[in-house]
Parts: sequence; C-alpha cells; structure tokens
Amino acid sequence: MALPKPNKKLTGSESSYLVEVIKGMVITLGHVVKNIFDQDRFRTIEYPDVRKPMTPRYRGAHRLLLRPDGGIKCVACMCCPTVCPARCITIVAGENPNDPAEKFPVSFDIDMLRCIYCGFCVEACPKDAIRMDTKIYEINAYNRQDMVHSKPYMINLMDRLKPEASEAYRADHTTAPAGHTPDEAPVAGGHLG
Amino acid sequence: MSELWTEWGDWVVILLRCVFSVAFVMQIVPLLIWGERKGAAYIQDRPGPNRAPIDIPNPLDIPRLLGDVLAARPLVFKPIVSLRAAGLIHTLTDVVKLAFKEDITPDHVEKFYWFIAPVIAMSIALCTFAVVPFGDTFLGHQLKVSDMDGGLLFVLAMTSLGVYGIMLAGWSSNNKFSLLGGLRASAQMVSYELAMGLSAVVVFLSAGSVSLSRIAEVQGQPLSLFGVVEIPALNWNVFSPFGFLAFVLFWVAAFAETNRTPFDLPEGEAELVGGYHTEYSSFRFALFFMAEYANMIVASSVTATLFFGGYNVPLLSPATIREHADLLLGVLGLGAVPAFLTFAVVAWKRQGRPFYSVIPKDDPRQNEPKFFTAVWLGAAGAHGALGVVGFMGGLAALSAWAEMPELGGDLMAVILGITALAVKVLIGCWIMIWVRWTVPRFRYDQLMNLGWKVMLPLALGNVFAAAGWIVLRHELFGPAGGS
Repeated sequence: MALPKPNKKLTGSESSYLVEVIKGMVITLGHVVKNIFDQDRFRTIEYPDVRKPMTPRYRGAHRLLLRPDGGIKCVACMCCPTVCPARCITIVAGENPNDPAEKFPVSFDIDMLRCIYCGFCVEACPKDAIRMDTKIYEINAYNRQDMVHSKPYMINLMDRLKPEASEAYRADHTTAPAGHTPDEAPVAGGHLG
Repeated sequence: MSELWTEWGDWVVILLRCVFSVAFVMQIVPLLIWGERKGAAYIQDRPGPNRAPIDIPNPLDIPRLLGDVLAARPLVFKPIVSLRAAGLIHTLTDVVKLAFKEDITPDHVEKFYWFIAPVIAMSIALCTFAVVPFGDTFLGHQLKVSDMDGGLLFVLAMTSLGVYGIMLAGWSSNNKFSLLGGLRASAQMVSYELAMGLSAVVVFLSAGSVSLSRIAEVQGQPLSLFGVVEIPALNWNVFSPFGFLAFVLFWVAAFAETNRTPFDLPEGEAELVGGYHTEYSSFRFALFFMAEYANMIVASSVTATLFFGGYNVPLLSPATIREHADLLLGVLGLGAVPAFLTFAVVAWKRQGRPFYSVIPKDDPRQNEPKFFTAVWLGAAGAHGALGVVGFMGGLAALSAWAEMPELGGDLMAVILGITALAVKVLIGCWIMIWVRWTVPRFRYDQLMNLGWKVMLPLALGNVFAAAGWIVLRHELFGPAGGS
C-alpha cells in the first residue's frame, strides 16, 4: 500500500513504538491514581440528583407574564407568530371590554417540537409578555400533543419552579394539566364561557 | 474419616477442580467488565458507572415481603440501603438485560454456523484453562483439570481454534462488514500465532518440558543472582534476558490473539459497524462478549504461568508454605486486619462526599457508606479470627483431627497458590484494559508489518540465542547451572 511519508523523522525510541506506549500508559495511570485519591476532580454532574446551574441568559421553556392586576400581559398583537422562524406559535385573539387592554389571547400555543429556541418572540414582544428565562431544559412528553405548551401551562410555569414546588415540578412538568387556570380566572373567566 | 476420604475424596477433588477451572474464569468475567468500565472512566476523568442499585429491604420487613411474594402482590418497601457498590451492580443488570432481550435471527444468515459460532467462541475460551495449573498438588492430586504432557501445545492449539468462532460468525452473518471482520480476525491470528508459539519455545527450552505444571514448578526454584544471592521461589522466566524478550513478544501476541486494542481490527466499530458480531443480539452477543473477557483471563493466566511463576508465591517456595502453614496463616490473617480497617475508615469517610449532601436525607443511598464500613469491619474481624486460629496451630490441629498429616500444609499451599495466580491474572487483565484505553487501534498494514517484519524475526532470533546460551551454559557450568 502506498502511503504518504510522515513529515517528521521518527527517533529511535519512537519508531520502536513500545517505549511510546509505555509513556502513554504512565500518563493514563497518573489519571487513574489521581482520580482514585481525589474523586472530587470529576467534572461529571450526577444529573438527576444534581442539576447544572444555567447562566442567566440561557433560553429555556417559554413563560407568559401577568400584569399586577392579574390579567395577562399579552395583547395578541401577533408580533411573535410573525417573527417566529419556526412558525411554532399559534394565537387565537379575542376581545374583552372589561379588560383595559381589550384584546387578549383566547389561546396561546407554542409547539415545542418545532421551536428552535431562538428567542425572537421575546425580542419582538412590545409588552414583555413572553420570556424564556425559566432555565427549564427538560422539555419532554410522552406524546406530541403534550409537547404543545398551552397558555395556562406557560402562565404557571414559574410557580412550579419555586423551591417548595420543585418536587411537584419534577413529577408533572412534562404534561400541561388540562383546564388548570387559577391565575387568569378574573380576566378570562366570564368571557370564555 | 480417612477410609471415607480415600473412597470418595478422589472423585470430589476431580469434580472440584473441573468446577473450579470453569468458575475461576466465569467469576472473573463480570469483575473485568466492571474493571473495563471503571478503568476507562478513571482514565478519562469520569466517575464511571455508579447508579444501578440493589435495594436491600429492612430485615423487619422481610416476613411481610415474603407474604407479598406468596400472594403475588407487588413488592413495595422502603429499602434501608440502596447498594450501588461502585457500579458493580451494572454488570448484573447487563446480564438481566441481555438474557431478556429479543433474540433476533436475520433471514439471510447461514443458520447452523450462525448458531454454533458463539458457542465455539465461548467453549474454546473455557477449555483452554483446563491445562493451567492453579497449585502444585493437594493430597496427591494434580491441581489442574487435565494432566496432559503437551500442555502448552494444547493452549496454542486451542487459541488457534478460537478464531473459528469469530470466522464462522463473520462468514455466516452473510454481510460484507461481518465477513471483513472475520477475515481480519483469521489473518491476524495466523500472523501472530507464529510469534506467540516461537516466543514460548524459549520457555520450553529453559524448563525442558511443555507441561505447564513442570514449567510452573521450575519457576518455584530459587533465583540465583550471579551465584551470590539466592532469592527463594523467584526463578521466574521473565527475569532472564531471553525470557524477558519472550515475555514482551508473547504478551503483544496475546493482545492480537484475544482481539484486544490496539489489535481489535475484527471489531473495528469505526469502519466495520461491529465486525463479526454485528448481527448478533441478546444472549448470543453476550456469549461473544463474555468470550472476549474469558480469552483475556486465559491469556493472562497462561502468561502468568509461563513467565511469572504461575501459582508460585514470590519468596515462599511450596515447601516453605507447607512447613510453616500455621505461622503463615497467622501472619497473613492478622496482617490483613489493618488493611481492612483502613478500607472501613475510607468507607466511613465517604459520607462527607458532596454527593451525599445533595441527595435527600432519607434517600436509601445515604446508608451505603455505613453498609460498606460494616462489610470491611466484618472482613477485618474474619481475617483477625483466621490469624488467631493460625497462631494457635489450627491447621496442625485440623490435620491431626482428619488423620492426614499433610492436609493443613496442602490447604494453605492451595489457597495461597490460587490467590497468587488470581492476583497475577488480575494484574495481567488490568494491563490489557489499561492499554486499551491508552493506545489507539493499529492500521491494518501496520498490524501486518509488526507481526511479520518485527515480531517474527525477533522471536526466531530469541529462540536461537536462548538455545545457544543454554548449550554454552551447559558447557561452562555443567548441567546444574542457573537459568
């Protein structure tokens, strides 16, 4: 077999190979010995027991924000579905004359299977109604329907992240509970019916 | 007692040594798989496998749980300790997984040879251990399965038969990648068998026999350093210049024969998918997997027997062991106590590791360090008790009770012999693992160059030089010269 000649001329000990193998083995054994006596050297994160702290700018699952009076901040201006490159946001707008904002999203669904986590929706929002600051990266479900995050699910997302709610969060954050709408009841309650 | 022993003892010993030689190999296999994973992890600065647990129920719960088992109710219990044993349990879960996995037979395979290939691979690997001695004699019995004269020739024959498993698997799988893997395996075996056999010739020459028992026995003689100092039971072939070169060649060839990295071209997952075992799943794959590790153990034990004195304990000749059996038991038993106490302290201190502060306080894994502290303390106690028995002359009393004066000494010699062989085998296997995670795979032409152009001439030259030296030594010093 015609093979290209190596650029560098090998020295005697290098061409015998055995010496170089032993040199390499000394290096690897050094790692083994160091790791046996100081196991805190490992950078591995014992994942389900220990979680990696995410940076503040990490874009995790989306959440929807509420106004101080309890109404949803979103005014269904359709900026985010327009800018979304993955076209994963579906908003159905409705009107509520009792609400100072008047226009509001009757439903606000994000298909997390299509979302590319670019954060354009957050940039585009004129009302600071949607944010991706939850740092949630475990976005998974047993079926495709549950991967579509609904309005109530995204409103309540942060409640699940409170320390006392962390166990519950781990247990059920993967599926959006149907009909669970405590926070938006004063705004949307009468209107949706 | 004595009459009963003479009638049945032969059969018991024959059965025991057969069982032992299979069990010896099969018991080290899971340990090696664990060692491979953990060794790889530690070399790469990872913690390695450490999650699969065995949940041990509270002893108080056991009656209730037995009731649940009988009534076929689901077992629900709060374990007192969740035993992970540094990842040893992963091997067990692997066995369960492989045993219960779907066994797929592709339509296009050559059925008969496809079915028989893993069986050949595994059974040949186990057969080879039959001629490796794991002790000199026990009450007049040979301590190896077969007492054949051509011991090492049997080993060489069996290792070359072992390639049939891989070759048949590769050919009968009926796809290009597997066939290439099988071809590589057979070409590689043919190339390296020569160097392996020739390097072993040096050992035949110095021992004057091909029987592995005889080779091990010769190495139990004292090592003479220029006729000035004599070190007992250290006449290992590796300490003679020709023996050392032969060892290096034999060991490198053993890597090729067992298909271990850097010579694992038959598997070659980067270019050949999985090589010869691509089509195998479930327990058939497990057989190939275990055969690889069984081959490692056999290669290590043959190397230990040929070059590192086999069952011989350094500095303690078999005669010395038999003479001072009780003293040895006492010293070794009590000597092990501080070591086990150190392990107990280390296990206890593991409770301060960051991991245990992160998991919840009522997690059963919190009790693991305490469990292992108890285990090591128990081991220390047991060894201390053995040591006390030794100092009180327990083995002599046992021999007197059984009316067999050599029983105590033989028992000690066998236990120490098996331990010595096991330690040598484990060191050899660790070196194989260590090399695997250090050295990248050879290219195929490099492999052939090394085999035919470097190792074969070296091995041939070594044989001639060793033969010449043995003749010269005979002329100079007479027949009783040192090695």
